[in-house]
Amino acid sequence: MSNYKIQMLVCGGTGCKSAEADEIVTNLEKAIQKHKMGDDVQVVTTGCFGFCEKGPVVKILPDNTFYVQVVPADAEELVAEHIVKGRKVERLLYTNPDTKEIISDSKDMDFYKKQMRIALRNCGIVDPDAIDDYIARDGYQAVGKAITEMTPQEVVKVIKDSGLRGRGGGGFPTGLKWQFAAGYEADQKYVICNADEGDPGAFMDRSILEGDPHSVIEAMAICGYAIGATKGQVYIRAEYPLAIKRLEKAIDDAREYGLLGADIMGTGFEFDIELTYGAGAFVCGEETALIHSMEGERGEPTTKPPFPAEAGYWGKPTNVNNVETFANIPAILIKGPEWYRAIGTEKSAGTKVFALAGKINNVGLIEVPMGTTLREVIYDIGGGIKDGKKFKAVQTGGPSGGCLTEKDLDTPIDFDNLIAAGSMMGSGGMIVMDEDSCMPAIAKFYLEFTVEESCGKCTPCRIGTKRLHELLELICEGKGEKKHLTELKRLSRTIKDTSLCGLGQTAPNPILSTMEAFPEEYEAHIIDKKCPAGECQSLLSYHIIEDKCIGCTACARVCPVNCISGEVKKLHVIDQSACIKCGACYDKCKFDAIEKR
Amino acid sequence: MAKIKSFAELKKIKEDVESKVALREQGENIENLVNVRVAMATCGIASGAREVMNYMVDECAAQGIDNVVVTQTGCMGYCYAEPTIEVTLPGQDGVVFGHVDNDKAKEIIGAYIKNGTLVDGIIPQTHKTIE
Repeated sequence: MSNYKIQMLVCGGTGCKSAEADEIVTNLEKAIQKHKMGDDVQVVTTGCFGFCEKGPVVKILPDNTFYVQVVPADAEELVAEHIVKGRKVERLLYTNPDTKEIISDSKDMDFYKKQMRIALRNCGIVDPDAIDDYIARDGYQAVGKAITEMTPQEVVKVIKDSGLRGRGGGGFPTGLKWQFAAGYEADQKYVICNADEGDPGAFMDRSILEGDPHSVIEAMAICGYAIGATKGQVYIRAEYPLAIKRLEKAIDDAREYGLLGADIMGTGFEFDIELTYGAGAFVCGEETALIHSMEGERGEPTTKPPFPAEAGYWGKPTNVNNVETFANIPAILIKGPEWYRAIGTEKSAGTKVFALAGKINNVGLIEVPMGTTLREVIYDIGGGIKDGKKFKAVQTGGPSGGCLTEKDLDTPIDFDNLIAAGSMMGSGGMIVMDEDSCMPAIAKFYLEFTVEESCGKCTPCRIGTKRLHELLELICEGKGEKKHLTELKRLSRTIKDTSLCGLGQTAPNPILSTMEAFPEEYEAHIIDKKCPAGECQSLLSYHIIEDKCIGCTACARVCPVNCISGEVKKLHVIDQSACIKCGACYDKCKFDAIEKR
Repeated sequence: MAKIKSFAELKKIKEDVESKVALREQGENIENLVNVRVAMATCGIASGAREVMNYMVDECAAQGIDNVVVTQTGCMGYCYAEPTIEVTLPGQDGVVFGHVDNDKAKEIIGAYIKNGTLVDGIIPQTHKTIE
């Protein structure tokens, strides 16, 4: 077997790949050959390490050295110094931004300290294209155990007892869902993996499929055994080419090993998986719409009941679970439901993966036990707000969720607490906003998204969200009136109550939650015609501060409409009637002499 | 790839491929493991450090000792005593042994790594590593 003494793991997630991770791999291999270390050192491409902010990441084992922001030209130095001479390349190590301390072991980094990786257990460790890597990490042991030692009912019971809830956003108990699907008699049943990840800024499912595709395949087979299905389908967005490629390779390899197909491990159990590509419609993440899309119909939801467990894909009993939900299953089966239940909070067991994005220092992918507070996620793991600005809000749950503010920072994150706080768990996107983010504008952004993504089937969602968006546009342009606030609220409630599916029922949430948390910002836009955060261009005006202007003429030269006048070394003035509010002068001025009002 | 025909066969394959990711699992847990660093600069390699390193890896595997991580490092500066290795037991300071050949390596594994008993050939450390 392999006699490699050193392994160099290179992140092969989409983020790092677009930052030339492939070239890094090629150059590392060349350098290793050059130093004649080919027998001792192996380069492995893995899934996402999660620390996307500092990618591309190269991790060297066994000494667990974590190099960040590596470029292809660094490969030679890494091999010559670290591998050949055993000296760490300090300039590529991570520096703690607060203490300026250089940290070489990723375990000592704040970003990783509070994390607990179950769904991401193999991401950044195994080569996603190597089925043997997965098998070496207990892969396919769970399905082996299930089909040789357990009855389907026992498998369902384990999942029920574990307390696992759906990670796609709804939080429905997974074991119960399996039990329903198992309870119906049919000549054919289906297991569907929902990989139609659509929330803006969310990339949890993509990273799992890119980094550890076999865990999802194994879990789908377990589910098939538990509910009595022989066919599985993964509904995946066509915009995820790398995830599709790795998933296809993984399915082929599993088939070749006989881990998918007829008579798996000689038990007579049969299960196989096919892929269906989605065209990227947000509503297709809703399970009935997803099923219609798979059948070749328009991606529109239908009323439940009947639930898919009774009449789903082609009218047959179908169980739909999200990627992250599936990724937890093999670990639960191996370690037992008590182990899983002990992690997290009483009503939300286990961990949750979040994609951190927005105005936060450590953009990336993290997994924490349920019950971790927002403060820990944003400040300890996320490294706080970019450029030392002030935290304003965090949006969770995507366009269906809401904004959480300063007062919610110490709320332990779980399904029920987030709902109580006026937002929701959603699939795990977390967009962090700072003092420069305008709340009505944020609400407008999400409404733009829902207007675009509404399938048009029911009137409240199709027309209602459009009207909401128009009202927000008026407010952001300074044309808002006081009555618009009441209208926004009333219309929001009507849409929530009368829409057909989750998309419409939750679409007004970003408005309601920002109106609740930041009423003064809406009023400022309407009454004072001002945008306190300085984001809404129509409500801004730029002014030159008399005391600070030294008359360097930089602003006048950069102004695209030549509306700044003034002589050299004398005060300059902006002609407000001609100004197009592009902000070019504001960015150019080196003396902070231009202010937004 | 041959088809896996039973759960037992899958377990067998796991045992065969386990070593592929062993390094990575060790990396997750390195502070609780015995670290052996073999000085592999030119002088060390010329004196047979590579053979000793391979021997240590194989011998630990043969004896079923799974808490040892063998890595290479650069010159430790004790060129007169090559090959040199530094053994660090969890929570203790490293101990440097000089003139390590296969026999010495076996002795170090049997006495120090397994039981914490020191053996001859220790070089008094004249350096301190700054991490």
